[in-house]
Formats: sequence, structure tokens, C-alpha cells
Amino acid sequence: MYATSYHRASSVEDAVKLKSAHDEGKYLSGGMTLISTMKQRLAAPSDLIDLRHIPSLRGVRIEGRKVTIGAATPHADVAASRELAAICPALCQLAGHIGDPHVRHMGTIGGSIANNDPAADYPAGVLGLGATVVTDRRSISADDFFTGLFETALAEGEMVTAVTFEAPEKAGYAKFNNPASRFAMTGVFVAKTAGGVRVAVTGAGSSGVFRHSGFEQALAGNWSADALSNITVDSSGLMSDLHANAEYRANLVKVMARRAVASAG
Amino acid sequence: MGVEGIGARVTRKEDKRFLTGKGRYTDDMTVPGMKYAYFIRSPHAHARVKGIDASAARSMPGVIDVLDGKQLQADGIGNLICGWMIHSKDGSPMKMGAWRPLAVDTVRYVGDAIAIVVADSLGEARDAAEAVVIDYEPLPAVTETAVAMAAGAPQLHPEAPNNLIFDWQLGDGDAADRAIASAAHVTEIEIHNNRLSPNPMEPRATLGIYDGAEDHYTCYTTSQNPHVARLVMSAFYNVAPENKLRVIAPDVGGGFGSKIYIYPEEIVCLWASRKTGVPVKWTADRTEAFLTDAHGRDHVSKVKMAFDADNHITALKVDTIANLGAYMSLFSSAVPTYLYATLLSGQYAIPAIHANVRTVYTNTVPVDAYRGAGRPEATYLLERTIETAARELGISPAELRRKNFIRTFPYQTPVIMNYDAGDYEASLNAAMQAADWAGFEARRATSEANGKKRGIGMSCYIEACGIAPSAAVGSLGAGVGLWESAEVRVNAVGTIEVLTGSHSHGQGHETTFAQLVAGRLGVPIESINIVHGDTDKVQMGMGTYGSRSGAVGMSAVVKALEKVEAKAKKIAAHLMEAAEEDIVIENGELKVAGTDKALPWFQVALAAYTAHNLPSGMEPGLKETAFYDPANFTFPAGCYVAEVEIDPETGETDIVQFVAADDFGNIINPLIVEGQVHGGIAQGIGQALLENVQYDANGQLLTASYMDYAMPRADDLPSFKLSHQNTPCPSNPLGIKGCGEAGAIGSPPALINAITDAIGNNGLTMPATPMKVWQALHAAH
Ligand SMILES: Cc1cc2nc3c(=O)[nH]c(=O)nc-3n(C[C@H](O)[C@H](O)[C@H](O)COP(=O)(O)OP(=O)(O)OC[C@H]3O[C@@H](n4cnc5c(N)ncnc54)[C@H](O)[C@@H]3O)c2cc1C
Repeated sequence: MYATSYHRASSVEDAVKLKSAHDEGKYLSGGMTLISTMKQRLAAPSDLIDLRHIPSLRGVRIEGRKVTIGAATPHADVAASRELAAICPALCQLAGHIGDPHVRHMGTIGGSIANNDPAADYPAGVLGLGATVVTDRRSISADDFFTGLFETALAEGEMVTAVTFEAPEKAGYAKFNNPASRFAMTGVFVAKTAGGVRVAVTGAGSSGVFRHSGFEQALAGNWSADALSNITVDSSGLMSDLHANAEYRANLVKVMARRAVASAG
Repeated sequence: MGVEGIGARVTRKEDKRFLTGKGRYTDDMTVPGMKYAYFIRSPHAHARVKGIDASAARSMPGVIDVLDGKQLQADGIGNLICGWMIHSKDGSPMKMGAWRPLAVDTVRYVGDAIAIVVADSLGEARDAAEAVVIDYEPLPAVTETAVAMAAGAPQLHPEAPNNLIFDWQLGDGDAADRAIASAAHVTEIEIHNNRLSPNPMEPRATLGIYDGAEDHYTCYTTSQNPHVARLVMSAFYNVAPENKLRVIAPDVGGGFGSKIYIYPEEIVCLWASRKTGVPVKWTADRTEAFLTDAHGRDHVSKVKMAFDADNHITALKVDTIANLGAYMSLFSSAVPTYLYATLLSGQYAIPAIHANVRTVYTNTVPVDAYRGAGRPEATYLLERTIETAARELGISPAELRRKNFIRTFPYQTPVIMNYDAGDYEASLNAAMQAADWAGFEARRATSEANGKKRGIGMSCYIEACGIAPSAAVGSLGAGVGLWESAEVRVNAVGTIEVLTGSHSHGQGHETTFAQLVAGRLGVPIESINIVHGDTDKVQMGMGTYGSRSGAVGMSAVVKALEKVEAKAKKIAAHLMEAAEEDIVIENGELKVAGTDKALPWFQVALAAYTAHNLPSGMEPGLKETAFYDPANFTFPAGCYVAEVEIDPETGETDIVQFVAADDFGNIINPLIVEGQVHGGIAQGIGQALLENVQYDANGQLLTASYMDYAMPRADDLPSFKLSHQNTPCPSNPLGIKGCGEAGAIGSPPALINAITDAIGNNGLTMPATPMKVWQALHAAH
């Protein structure tokens, strides 16, 4: 790791101010991605602005069916939230299967979506729920937020403060683990929301998380796993790597979508 | 016997230290003035080195020095060697290319060490390493075993045209050909054995300390055999004469073979310590481990197995290409030859066997022994072939195996080995019964009804371990003898130190070796200490690998104990005025048989050291040494059964049960043996389902971290059903065989036989990843 200066931000304003004072600085949340990248000398931020001690960024808040998850909330807290489990168990289940216990107690939703790893789980949940990403300066719809591999709509210095969404009528998530990393080799999040059926696929697309409109239409007419039986998934635009080629991923997209619907009930 | 003697489930004495974080590993060693080394490694799989400019790096903060291969060569440090000579079938010796501890003009794999930075901190060493400018001229690379000898393939070493190291054979080719020509049935199959990375939990590390005043070197290292390390570093690398070099392998966190070899880092850190005048420590990070720890396996083979009309095997013919990587590691030549082809008879009476083995250089990490070393490759090949034959012949796999089992011992195979004892059918029966083989079809029907595919497969393995008779291995080309030494030191108060040349790095010797002594003398296990891993404390020893510590290392302890016991009996007889022949040692006492006369053990020990009243002419003291050279290999064998359920939608394999029935001869500690079997099976399952070292076309290692190299984890594994059969080994005093590698040897073919049974496609290769299984399922329909 190269030398870096650590700052513990006390509030969102403090964090944003620190960031603007340090051009080459970076926000630090759980550090599960950033610190290991720094240890490998693949990132060299001059300053780290730690967000985890800002009280307003942490926790799951529920008002009626409106859910707000602070950006610095670790995966384990989301997985364990009873209030959230009562209205959207699929997201608890998703969070509960990220990485291992160490990762779940450190890694955060804000860090995960800001990083937008094409094999991460949260992007599927956030896009599938049609959530809104709240930042220090605006609100961005999930449809606009994820823009490509490790790319988001965040501007330089912009900070995610929360993710909000309306609890869906039904939702389910099915993940097929990469055998080595256990990130999603393919993960599909399905939700029946007030705004319609949404199906988001992670781990498979060569430009990151995406919505599958064919599945969405089929499920809008008939919410059942069988509704997807006759739809073929086009393998073009899907990733091929060491672990799985595009054709196999296309198969997994369909199988996981069916299982997600089945788990949603 | 008793609660602490042979056969007792004694919990491991060493675990308190390990489980409370109090183990002392090489990286824990810190000495005054110590500095840190960072190795600069080739980013290219193959390149000419046109120049190294370290001038900027040398003046960076904290930097002591930057050293390169030219300086090392100028100081007379030798090249790394392969210690087992193999001759090709035309009589020519193997073609060994030079492996310099720091590359001089050419680098041959990604990770090849080229220079070292020594600095006050590791961070400063790394900073300076980035400022070292190396002018590389990249060359084309070859990584694949099957194409390394192809015309036009990039050439690694001028000594080895076409990258061919040797073209060796064993057995009678004409006899095999004749039997194949007149066979009623011939099964032909191509077998791939995937390349694996050993991944011990503790990465390699070394601390080199040069003492200028004494002109003496100390080397702390993560070694399975510190004495061999000292011998090789003295005799071949010219680091220092043996009396000026102390090698200490303290607690070592796993090895699996990868810590047998002497790597460049130990040599370079010792030399760098002398050059710079400061102690120099290096510890690998995990990516360095993937890039530089010797890999295992990596064979491609063509096989023919011939049968007569009665389904007896009449011949086996094998043509193997084995990938040895960029350089020949210490025992690399022995693994695909004498540790492989000699086991191709398996548990079967096969009148004619012929194996041809070609080994090749490629631009990859050197390949050497990895848990099982050659025997997993032989077992996988044989057990996949006989399973395939059973399917082709339409008879049950158990039946075909039974028909061909060797049943009388000793049995001389056509490929050198002389099996001394065994009962293969006993293990087969035990395994099939434990697995409820008879109920399989009903279970399969249930799975089918649930949309799943179920399969069952077995593997009957044999292996040769406890390596090995020195004269025998010497005649086959080994550069060392494979005996073991022991010293039993009885202190004046009767407590005991056992010094052994075996090295424990997970095996639990501190417990099992102590059990042996406690059981024989009837003294408490706490009164016995096991000392190992330090060339200043223990006389010459050969170390731990090839499941040899029990059969060879403990046999040496028995020989030393016998001498101690004989002397103690003489003293006791003298003190009690009895005949020496009437003295027995029991429950911590020396007794006159048939009387109530007895002396406690400690009193006899004390008498030996006070020397007030010893038999006339006897030397004081109670301490004896022994060297034990085994008369034969030992031959553990067994039968493993795997049952799997496959999800046809995803290709995912669920191991629904795994049964192991092993014959390890007599067992010292069942708890430890079961642990060894569990670990071995976990590694075998890793090979069969998950693990695979992969390079891209340019020779970059794609699987250089756990993000891409899939290690087995607890939830990938079922619980194992184990049982033991026992035909005691006749060639060592304890009747024990060896259990350290069996699990890794026997399990891969059982799994692949089960999966191919489930999906009806025999072409599957390891690792059987979900994608490959899914593809094979679709190809089968
Ligand atoms: C062993 C291991 C296994 C894992 N397995 C999985 C898995 O199965 N599934 C999965 O989805 N993920 C997995 N992860 C990733 C992990 O869950 C985290 O989500 C991820 O590391 C990022 O979150 P973080 O809080 O650690 O962010 P950090 O590492 O702190 O930051 C990541 C990036 O986001 C930026 N950032 C952080 N917070 C904000 C913010 N509020 N606003 C703007 N930018 C911000 C940082 O500057 C940095 O660039 C795994 C990680 C590890 C180490």
C-alpha cells in the first residue's frame, strides 16, 4: 500500500468538504474493495475519508412501506433487519448471502453500488426494486444510476447517502455462485412493484447489471416461473470468462429468474 | 496400549499452541537489525533480459541494496538442481536446463525471480522495486502440455530440443502390444489430470542470518525437510559448508509437498544477508504463492486396456505427457516416473503393462510432488479406465474389479513394485455396504422423480508410500537415501526427548510419536517431548513427505527405543539382582517377571546418570540413536465410493455421500488418521470439482488469487463415512502403512465416475465445474 492520510468524517457535509479539499482522495466505506485494491497497489488515493462513523449514514429506516437504507449500513445489518424482512425479505436474503461473515460486517450498500462490480448482488436488488439512490446533492433513479462496468452516474466527489424504495408486493432473488469468489456468476432479482414488474440481472451482462424486458412482460401477464419457460435468453451481450461462457450464463439467467419468481411466491 | 498408547484417540498435544495463536512460524521470527526483502519477478512468461538499471532504486529511502543474478553468479552461488536422474529409453540422461536462483539473461515464467530489494521495511522495498528498470525483450511462450513438443513451439532451454526433457519407459511394450492385438475387448480413453496449486495455509517464508564474526549462516525456512535443505544448499548451491549452515524449520503451516523443495528465496536471502551484513526476511503473499509454489499434476495420457473373453485384464498401455513447467524442481523427474508408472497395476493382476512418459518444459511454474505425487495421476487414469471398460462390457464396476483383484501376497507387478500385503475385497465390501450400494437404484428413482440426476461411482486405489528403501531408490536414480533417524534421550529424572528427522507441518507428530513411547514404556505422555526441525538439534534426517513419517520415522524411533530399553533392562537386572532376560517394561516400571520386584522407570534413569552402581564396564547415561532404512515401500489401499446428485438445469453437483474404506495397516491414533483422510478427500474433491490452474495464451496466470482459483470450502463437502480394514504391513516393526495422501489419491476418480454415471457422458474432464457438467449433459442428449 502507498502512503495515504486517513480522515474520519463526522457528518455528510464534513465528508463532502474533506473530499473537495483532496482531489486525489477517496471515500472509504467498508473498505472491502478499496483497501484490498490499495494493498495490491492498484489504487493510490492520497486521502481516505471514512464514512462509517457518520451516524446518519447507518441503519435501515422504515416508514409504512417506504424503506431507507443508509449508505454506510453493513450487509449484516440489512440481512438481520426484522422490519425489512417483514416487508421485503428478498433483500435481506440477498444481503445475507454476500461474501462471508467478515465481509458482511464490513462491506456496505453504499460502497457496493458506488463500486458497481458487474458480479455484485446489490446492483440487482437496487435495480430490480426500482429504488432511488440518494446522494449528497440529488436523487438518481436506479435505472439511471448503473451506467456500465464499475461505472455509475455519480459525479466526481458525489457521495451516496442512502438507497430508498417502496416495498414491493412480491420480490425474490436467486443467485448462482461463482465457485471461486462466490460473487454472482448470475443473479436475478424479480419484483412486483407499484410501477410494474421488474427483473434485474447481475453477474452476466458484459456491461454490468441490466433489466430483462422479455421476462418483465411475461411476468406482468402471468406471475409464475412457468411464464418464463418459453423465453430464450440471448447470449449476445453476456460475459464469457474463465468460469462461464455466455451460453451457459444465458441458461443461468433463465434458471435463476424462474427460481427467483418461485421464491417470491 | 492404554489410553495414551498406540491405537488411542489422543487429542493433539500441539493444538493448544496452534488454536490459541501461539504457533511460532518463520514469519514470527524477528532478530535485531533485520531487514525485509522484496523479490522483483518477471511479468512476462518468456523474455530476454537486456538490462537491469537499479541506480534510482538504490538511493531511495530505506533501501539497503538491490542485488541481481549477475552478482549472485559472480559470488559462485550455484544453479538449482533436480535430485533424481532419469534416463530416456535411448540411454541419454534427462536434459536439465539451467535454473538460476535469480534469472540472468532469460526469464521463463511469470514470477521467475530476477532481482531482490533489501530495505528497512517491506513498503520501502516495494517502492524501490518499482523504480528498478528492467529491459525485457518478450519472447513467444508455450504453456500447454499437449503442444509443448509441437513443431515451431517456443523453445525454453537450449539443452532440451523440442522442450523434451526425457522420453522414458517402464514395462514390456511388446508383451502389451501382443496382448492388445489378441484381446477380446480393448478400452481406449484419453485422460487429463488438471494442474493444481497446493495452497498451504502458511505461505512460504525465509529468514537468512549471516554472522560475520563466526562466518556462520542461519536459515529459518518453511521446509518439510530442513536437513535436505541444508545438504542441498551446501553441496550444490555453495551457500556455505554444512557445519557453517544451520537450517531451522519451526512451526510450518502445511506443505502438501510444496515445501519439500529448495526454492530460490532461501538461497538468495542467505546470500543477501552476507552481502548486506543484515538479516534478511522474506514472506510470500498469496499471489506470490500462486506464482511460485511448485504446482502439482498436469498430465495428458492415452490409455489402452485389453481384456480376454472372460473379462480378465490382459494388458495396459499408457502414453503420458507430463508438464514440468519452466525448470526442473528438486524431485520433479521422479513424480511422473517412479512414483507414477510403478503404480499402474493398481489393485489388479495385469500380466503386461507398458508406460511411456515424456516430460516437457513450458513457460509455467515448475511442477513437482503435490499430495500423492504421481499416485493420484496413476489412480485416476486406472480407475477411470476400468470404470469405462465396465460400462463398455456391460458388467458392474464392482464385478469387473473383483474379477481382477490381486489376491495372493507378496505379489510382484510387472512395474517394479512388490506388494507385501492387502485385502482389496475387504475394503470394497466395506465401502459398498457403508454406501448402501444395493439401495442405489431406488435412490436414483427418487432423484429422477425430483428432476435430478443421480450417480454412484467407486475407486479402488493403491499407493506406495513410506518412501523408501535407500538402495532401491538409489538404483532408480535418486540422489539421496530415504531412511530416517531418531534419537531417544532419557533425562536423569526419566522424562524423555525424542529427536526425529521427520518434520511435522500439520501431521501431529508431537502426539503420535509421543504415543509410541508412552505406550511402550507406560510413562505419561506429558513426560515426552518431540524435537524436530532444527539441524543443530537433530542429527541428519530426511524429512516428511510421501506419508513416510509413521512407517519410516516412527520405525527409527522404535529402533532407538529398543536400544534404550535394552540398556535400561541391563541396569534394572543389575540393581535387582535378576537375569536380564527376566526384566519386562510395563506401566512405567521395570519388573522381574513372575515376582513382585520392580523399579520405577525414573529410578533406572537416575541410576544411569548417577552411575554409582552400573554393571561393570557400562557407560553412564541413557540415550540412543538409530537410523532405519525400510525394506520396502508400504502399500496402503482402499475403496472410495461417491454418490452425487446433479441439478440438470445448472450442472451443479451435490455430493450426497462419500464413503472411504482404507487399509492403513495398524493405526497409531485413529483421530489423527481420520483427520488426514478428511483433509485428503477435501483436496481430492477440490481437484475433481473445483481447482484448476489456468494460463492464458501469453502465459499469464489467470488463477492467481482466490477470486479465480476455487478452493474447496466446508459447504462444498459432505460428511465422510470412514472405516478401516487392517492387513498389517510386514516390512516395518509397527505394521503401519501411511495415511497422509490416500484421501487425495482415491477420491477424484470416485467422483468423476459418479458424475459420469449420473449424466451418461464419459468425456467429462476435471474439474467437473457446473458449466462443464451442464455442457456434457447437453452434449449427451
Ligand atoms: C472476500 C469478499 C467477498 C465478497 N463477496 C461478495 C459477494 O458475494 N457479493 C457482492 O455483491 N459483493 C461481495 N463482496 C464485496 C463487498 O460486499 C462490498 O460490497 C464491496 O467491497 C464494496 O463495499 P465497501 O463498503 O467495502 O466499499 P469500499 O471498499 O469502502 O469502497 C468501494 C468504492 O466505493 C466508493 N464509495 C464507498 N462508499 C461510497 C459512498 N457512500 N458514496 C460514493 N462512493 C463510495 C469508494 O471510494 C470506493 O471507490 C465481497 C468482498 C470480499 C472482500
